[in-house]
Amino acid sequence: MQTLSRTKDEDLETALEALGVPSADEADRAAQAFAVAADRAGLVDVAYGRLDTPMGELTLAATEQGVVEVALPNRDPDEVLATLATRISGRVVRLAKRIDPARRELDEYFAGTRREFDLELDWRLAKGGFYGQVLRRISEVPYGSTLSYGELAGRAGNRRAHRAAGTACGSNPIPILVPCHRILQSGGGTGNYGGGPEMKRRLLRLEGVLD
Amino acid sequence: MEARTETLEPSQGRASAPAGEAAPGRRPFQAFLDEHRGPVLGYLRSMVGAVDADDCFQETFLAALRAWGAQDSEGSRAWVMRIAHNKAVDHHRSRARRPEPRDELPEVSSEDAQPDDELWARVGSLPDGQRSAVGLRYVAGLSHREVGVALGCSEAAARRRVADGLSRLRKQIHEG
Repeated sequence: MQTLSRTKDEDLETALEALGVPSADEADRAAQAFAVAADRAGLVDVAYGRLDTPMGELTLAATEQGVVEVALPNRDPDEVLATLATRISGRVVRLAKRIDPARRELDEYFAGTRREFDLELDWRLAKGGFYGQVLRRISEVPYGSTLSYGELAGRAGNRRAHRAAGTACGSNPIPILVPCHRILQSGGGTGNYGGGPEMKRRLLRLEGVLD
Repeated sequence: MEARTETLEPSQGRASAPAGEAAPGRRPFQAFLDEHRGPVLGYLRSMVGAVDADDCFQETFLAALRAWGAQDSEGSRAWVMRIAHNKAVDHHRSRARRPEPRDELPEVSSEDAQPDDELWARVGSLPDGQRSAVGLRYVAGLSHREVGVALGCSEAAARRRVADGLSRLRKQIHEG
């Protein structure tokens, strides 16, 4: 007890290291309280959250203007956040409050009890020009019905631009809410989808378009 | 004696981010928060006690978020610890202005922390400079260089403060 042995030093250092280490729960609570305070201070440029669905986990992101991105389950969430930070702002914070309305409506959609979304959208990640025109026309295609890429291109002002319409759908930053899964090939094939062709078929089945 | 000239804004903490990482402002803030929240909360508890640590934690990360993306904001561990340290110092100062006894030890509120009570009390009774250095080195896990950045002193001075704090603690423990 009286000697300052090496072991004793290490014991003290180990005890100090263990001192005050918060549990994951405690750190989580502190981080959540911080997020609420940051939102109140107007410092959260991009809020995000995750949503479990029957088709996998979505990452939802919203600015103060509205939902800015719905990232489908095949996307890497870390990469989604990194891209949001680069393209919009580094002030990306996990904040349930701002995501909750979208979470609720999407839950209802996947449960089959919601056919239309009533959410503010922020289009800033959408391509401009003709692509932008195409994307905004997609929202006019109602639940349970479909359009061909060519028809969509026509609605945006150029019937022959079906390839551009496909590109626009592929670049849709807000899928499901902007229902690009309702746009099919003119021959009846389902065509590509950001979340993979199988997810597109599942969404169409959910809406009763496919058996 | 603690250098008490450090009501620095976050942007003045000068530790460069590890090479190869994205510029801090272009990194999602949440990743930075997730990486540092545990050590920051632990350090603040060792400085101001569990109850007030939550407030200081919030202030620390709000200041970091405000600076996030500004050209000279940093995003390193030493940087956020420097902000946390300054918040703890501010907290003690505002405490000192109140008519309460100012030498009270940190309150340890959580039940399960009881075996640590004695060590908490001993750390709490260290002179300010040693206490913060020991807290940053062990509770927050910083290197001596980072302790220096956080406290605004040289690495050598940081190393000395840590060593002095440790030997004082050891002496106390031996004396019982």
